[in-house]
Amino acid sequence: MDQTVVGRVLGVALRTGGDFAEVFVEEARSSSARLDDGKVEQVSSGRSRGAGIRVVVGDTTGFAHTADLTEAGLLLAAEAASAVARQGGGQTRTVSLSSRGAPPGPSAAILPETITKAAKVDLLVRAEASARAAGGAIRQVTAMYADNRRQILVANSDGLYATDDQVKTNFSVSAVASGDAGMQTGRESQGYTMGWEFFDDFDVEEAGRLAARRAITKLDARPAPSGTMPVVIKSGGGGVLFHEACGHGLEADLVGKKASVFQGRRGEQVASPLVTLVDDGTMGHEWGTYRIDDEGHPAAHNVLISDGILTDYMYDFLRAREEGRPTSTNGRRQSYRHLPMVRMTNTFLVNGTEDPDEIIRQTPHGVYVANLGGGQVNTATGDFVFGMTEAYLIEDGVITHPLRDANLIGNGPEVLTLIDAVGNDFAMGSPGLCGKDGQGVPVGDGQPTLRVQALTIGGTAA
Amino acid sequence: MSAPGSLGDLADVAARVTGWTAPGEEVETYVERSRTTNVRAYHGEVESLSSAETVGAGIRVIIDGRQGFAWAGTLDETVLKEALEEARDNAAFGQADAFIGLATPDGVAPPSLPLVSDELRSTSTAAKIDLALELEKRALARDARVTGVRVASYSDVIGEMAIATTQDILVTSESAACYISVAPLVNADGDTQIGGGMSMGRAPSELDIDRAVADGVDRAVRLLGATKPKSRRLTVVLDPHVTASFLSIIGGTLSGDAVLKGRSLFAGRAGEQVAAPCITLASDPTDPGSIGAEPYDGEGLARRRVSLIEDGTLQGFLYDTYAGRRAGRASTGSASRSYRSTPGVGAASLTLVPGTTSQAALIASVADGVYVQEVSGLHSGVNPVSGDFSVGATGLTIRDGVFAEPFREATIASTLQRMLLDVAAVGADHEWLGGGPAGVTLVISDVSLGGS
Repeated sequence: MDQTVVGRVLGVALRTGGDFAEVFVEEARSSSARLDDGKVEQVSSGRSRGAGIRVVVGDTTGFAHTADLTEAGLLLAAEAASAVARQGGGQTRTVSLSSRGAPPGPSAAILPETITKAAKVDLLVRAEASARAAGGAIRQVTAMYADNRRQILVANSDGLYATDDQVKTNFSVSAVASGDAGMQTGRESQGYTMGWEFFDDFDVEEAGRLAARRAITKLDARPAPSGTMPVVIKSGGGGVLFHEACGHGLEADLVGKKASVFQGRRGEQVASPLVTLVDDGTMGHEWGTYRIDDEGHPAAHNVLISDGILTDYMYDFLRAREEGRPTSTNGRRQSYRHLPMVRMTNTFLVNGTEDPDEIIRQTPHGVYVANLGGGQVNTATGDFVFGMTEAYLIEDGVITHPLRDANLIGNGPEVLTLIDAVGNDFAMGSPGLCGKDGQGVPVGDGQPTLRVQALTIGGTAA
Repeated sequence: MSAPGSLGDLADVAARVTGWTAPGEEVETYVERSRTTNVRAYHGEVESLSSAETVGAGIRVIIDGRQGFAWAGTLDETVLKEALEEARDNAAFGQADAFIGLATPDGVAPPSLPLVSDELRSTSTAAKIDLALELEKRALARDARVTGVRVASYSDVIGEMAIATTQDILVTSESAACYISVAPLVNADGDTQIGGGMSMGRAPSELDIDRAVADGVDRAVRLLGATKPKSRRLTVVLDPHVTASFLSIIGGTLSGDAVLKGRSLFAGRAGEQVAAPCITLASDPTDPGSIGAEPYDGEGLARRRVSLIEDGTLQGFLYDTYAGRRAGRASTGSASRSYRSTPGVGAASLTLVPGTTSQAALIASVADGVYVQEVSGLHSGVNPVSGDFSVGATGLTIRDGVFAEPFREATIASTLQRMLLDVAAVGADHEWLGGGPAGVTLVISDVSLGGS
């Protein structure tokens, strides 16, 4: 897109007196293939392009978006967005933009769009065959391949002009097993901010076996206990705990509105000294990684909690600007049709020093969670839940019976102080989609094996 | 006759794209356009004002029993031509399935629904801003314990869609809705709660600010000081909003597609007693009270009322064209979709036939139990295949028929199968909530409450 056109659009956006204007242009393409019920059901492709324009005046933001990327279309959107600012003198301002070199970041070695659909479909067929071969109890298998590419351009009235090309590829397998006690499900999902080279290291057949094994194991599962007990979470299986327990509560927009239990606690001990929590948008090819955030600023490594002490919140540009500090570059949006807000990237607990096997051995009675599903938090109270999709009893320091699915529930600030063991086996988990105020963005999470002294398990067994 | 930007030209676009079909192909073009306005108020000012139009088209091509799909976020003719070509190419990689095919007209007349109001079209942006500001103001004034309002917003959407297929379907529909939503923060003695209140309608005059504020504030205030309850089995009374959330999940298990693919816990159980006799459940997107009501489904067939459970007996399942053909049945007009996806079976506008007892009388009948006001973790804590569920719960203790102390950080757990059979009573307080299922109070015996 022509830089001078973007400059003119920003000038018009500021004509009614806005303090700040921004143009976000996005071109997105996606392709996916799905195998279900023994057949490749469908191959799909999609694309969209458009621009979102926002104008800020005082504490008010005006926003409009358009799929019409001609200068006329952009100017119409700029006028609509600037309608919130009415006190201006009608003078078009001049905005001069300076192009920023792209910061380092992940790039796709092999663009998925250059790969044949037949090759993508073949992955599904192989994953399914491997899942079905895992045992006669497997009744149903779904395999999904998806890639998407998002090219963005952000320009604003401070002169910023930045672009990024974000490619993500992911693959998942879900299996249903059937036994005497009904049906159970198992799933394996992986994805990275990279292209087709993802499959150089990712074995789709192993993913199929894993999904099938998880479903089959649960056929013999006992009902999960009901009550409070120690919980050991396997490395890479439970980063969502931190995402929910405190991640959302450290988002500056929620903090600023006093809707977070962590409000006003910067500098305080909020967690066990074993806890150092980081949000890192620069992390390799992880699912939540980018070069620039959706406000045009280079991704950063942000320490949120250091040895248990709350060091900082996460910020987007607007919230940071209000407080007269730099953004932590956590401003993200689902698409050009959405306003950016504070979002996590890859959120993880850094490695500890303990032997993970020893952590289990030193837990006389509790639950071992190998995999957590999604979760949800009430940031105002800190209460959160998340689902265990693969879990076992720990009896006398040994992992024993598999457990049926159940939710864990806890209170963020409390649970952070109850972490009493952190292993030395850090791993990232499965790719996630984080929802907030109706917008979904890709996020990563990770942790080493850890133990929470007491968590409430919402099972049905006494 | 059609004015620019009206349904007429959407139907033209859909018909034109479908007209580009090649011999031996079935083509379906689904076109959508929506205009939205969203206003958020904060500290007596407009925090944000967004307005925009979204358009898109989804094209499905079927060749020799193979299906391909492509979508585009534009109605640009060149792009739509490329999308059709892409869908055609994609079809070559699907595996043939004799049951795949587009819907054919079935003679069922669409319900006549008043879904669009001139009032919404003619409401000024300034009036919408005033609604959001007034909502925040009244929430702050409602109770001395309100310390702030995280969200006070007004939103509306006017949507239009058109479907044209090579199988003689050409339909259009239009609907409008507006809503206000408030999330007040309340605090007492250092304990904070956040509430949620909402009001929805077809026009701004149908929005009830006081109701949204009362729901948002009063329900949060009564949770202040909540503590973790003792684990035990007891009677649970579900708030209508909570019932609606559970109905959404149960609706998924009643999909004919899930049944055929061995993913429904109700497969093979038609004609059996699957719920307590007080349960009669239907999907009824023809009820004008439901914001989700519409004349046509995602394949262009008329929406209709589908009976799912009657007096506790499972009647049958929901079908789109594909699942219907595979099951040897007709579509029940239950295809849901957007322009970004192919149609799939969806449980639209689920509704339980209400009982005759008020919520107050139901609560008065419980000696020891809990009233569950909110649940969390539904997407992670309910397994719709096995039926196991375990969700976070917040609410009020019921002792000797009256509300006692609030509780939080608890879970309720059971299986969907058991829960349906254990329903002891359905309230008389049936109400359509949001665009989803209707809410109604439910009393369920013998549920595990997990706490300390």
